[in-house]
Amino acid sequence: MMQLDNLYQEVILDHYKNPQNKVLDPNSDAQVHHVNPSCGDEITLGVRLDGDKVLSISWEGVGCSISQASTSIASDLLTGKTLEQARRISEDFLQLMQSKGSIEGDPEVLEDAVALAGVSKYPARIKCALLGWMAFKDASLQAEAKKAK
Amino acid sequence: MSFDPVAIRRDFPIFERKIRDGKRLVYLDSGATSQKPQVVIDAELDFYRLHNAAAHRGAHQLAEEATDIYEGAREAVARFIGAEVDEVVFTKGATESLNLVAYAMGNAPLGSRFHLEKGDVIVVTEMEHHANLIPWQQLAARTGATLKWFEVTPEGRLDLSSINSIIDEHVKVVALTHQSNVLGTIVPLTEIVNRAHSVGAVVVLDACQSVPHMKVDVKALDIDFLAFSGHKILGPTGVGIFWGKSELLAELPPFLTGGSMIESVTMESATWAPAPRKFEAGVPNMAQAAGLGAAIKYIESIGIDEIHRHEISLTGYLLEKLNEVPRLKVIGPMDTVDRGAAVSFTFGDIHPHDLGQYLDSQGIAVRTGHHCAWPLNRKMGVQSTTRASLYLYNTFEDCDDLIAGIHGAAKYFGA
Repeated sequence: MMQLDNLYQEVILDHYKNPQNKVLDPNSDAQVHHVNPSCGDEITLGVRLDGDKVLSISWEGVGCSISQASTSIASDLLTGKTLEQARRISEDFLQLMQSKGSIEGDPEVLEDAVALAGVSKYPARIKCALLGWMAFKDASLQAEAKKAK
Repeated sequence: MSFDPVAIRRDFPIFERKIRDGKRLVYLDSGATSQKPQVVIDAELDFYRLHNAAAHRGAHQLAEEATDIYEGAREAVARFIGAEVDEVVFTKGATESLNLVAYAMGNAPLGSRFHLEKGDVIVVTEMEHHANLIPWQQLAARTGATLKWFEVTPEGRLDLSSINSIIDEHVKVVALTHQSNVLGTIVPLTEIVNRAHSVGAVVVLDACQSVPHMKVDVKALDIDFLAFSGHKILGPTGVGIFWGKSELLAELPPFLTGGSMIESVTMESATWAPAPRKFEAGVPNMAQAAGLGAAIKYIESIGIDEIHRHEISLTGYLLEKLNEVPRLKVIGPMDTVDRGAAVSFTFGDIHPHDLGQYLDSQGIAVRTGHHCAWPLNRKMGVQSTTRASLYLYNTFEDCDDLIAGIHGAAKYFGA
C-alpha cells in the first residue's frame, strides 16, 4: 500500500473532503470552464484581480480527489500573489507534475502542492492534477486582458 | 469437456505477469480491449517472420502466401458471422468501419438509395459509443439531414415506444449498437430492423461489444451493415471489420481511394473493383488480419456459445455480489436478460478515478470515466462510472477480488 499512499497524501484527502474557495464568485473578472475529456471531470473557475495581484480564486466542479484537491490547493496558494509570482509557481507545479517522480518540489514555493508530487508517477492522473491550474492560467490571462482594456 | 477458464488463461501469456508489486492480474477491462492468446501473437509474428510480402501483388511465392493468409482470415471472419466472403471488408478498426459507411453515404450521388439531403433523417440511439454517434452527427451536418435518436429508459433499456414516429419514411439509415459498452444492455433488433426496412432505411450495427461475446449471424439478424474491431475479440489492434450485404456494397461508393481498389484508371478518372477490394485501398494490414483470423479460429475451438454462457453466469454472479455492497449502484440492467458482461457502477462518494486507482493497487484493472459515451452518462445522471467487463478468461475468483477491492477502497478513502 506504500505506493498508493504516496499518491493519496493526507493533505490531498483533507482538501478533497474540505475544498477551499469552492463557491463561485459571481463578480469574477473572468470565469472559465475546463473539462478533462478523458474522464469527464469539469470545473468552472473565476479569478478577481486587484491591479497585478490575484485578489481571489473561486471555483465549482465535479471530479476525482486529485483534481478537486489540486484545484483547492491552487486556489489557496495563488490568492494574494502577484500574477508574475502566481505564474512562476504554476510553472514550478507543472514541472513537478512532469518530473516522473525525479523531483520533490520546493515546499517554500509550492507549500501544500508538494503533496501532489506522487501524482507524477501516475501518468493517467497528471491531467487531473493540472485541471484547476490550467483553468487558473486561462482565467487570469482573460482577467488581465480585460483589465488592460 | 466443460468450460475451464483457468485452462484458457494458460493460453494468454499476459496472465503470467504480476502487477503492482507482485499482485495477480485481475483483468476486468476486456470491453476496452481483450488480451491476446499465444496463437494470435504467433500468427502475427509468423507473418512477419516467414510470409511477409504485399498481398494481391508481386509475382513471387511470398506474395502468394501473404495473399493466402490474408484471404484465409477473411474466410474465417465470414464463416464466423454467417456472411459471404466477398462481403467482409478489412479496415483499421471499428471506428474506421463506421466512418467508412458514413463517409461513403456522404459520397452517394442524387438518385442513390444512400444519398442524403435536407429532409432526410439519420436515426441513432442515446446509448451509442462516440464512434457510432459522431460520424452520423458529422454526416448530418455535411448533408443537411436531421439526426434523431431513441432514448434510454432509467433501467438502461432502449425506449422503443415511439418507434413509428422516430423511424418514419424520411429515415435513410438507422445506426445503433448491438450491446451498450456502458450498460451492457443488448438491444432487441427485430422490431427496429423490421421498421427500418419497411420505410426503406438501412440498418448499421455497431457490434464491437457483441461479436466477441455471443453468436452474431448477420443473415439471421437481417441487418445491412455491421462493424466490429479485431482487438476486442482477442485479435491484434489495427484491424477491424466492415460487413455489408453484397448488393448494398455494390451500390455504396468508396470511402478511401487509391491502389488496389480500382478496376481501371486513366489520367482523368477511375472505376472501382468489386467489394471487398473497393473498400480496401492501399497495401492491407495483413499481419493484423492474420492475427484476427487466428483469434477467430481460437474462439471457434472453444465455442462462442460456451463463451457466452460462461460470461452470463459470471455476470449474474457479479451483479448479485455488487447488489450486496452498500451505497453501490449498478448503472444498467440488474438481471442477465438481454444483457452482456459489461457492468458499470457508482460507489457512494468515491469518484471512479479514485476507485479505479485503488483497485489498480490491488492488481485489478477496470475502466473509469464516461467510456466514450458522454451523452449516455448525462442521461443516466452520472458524471462517470467504474466499469468491469468480463471475457472468457475471467473467473468467479476475479469477481470476488473485485468485490474485496471495492470494500478495501471504502476503507481506504474512509467512505
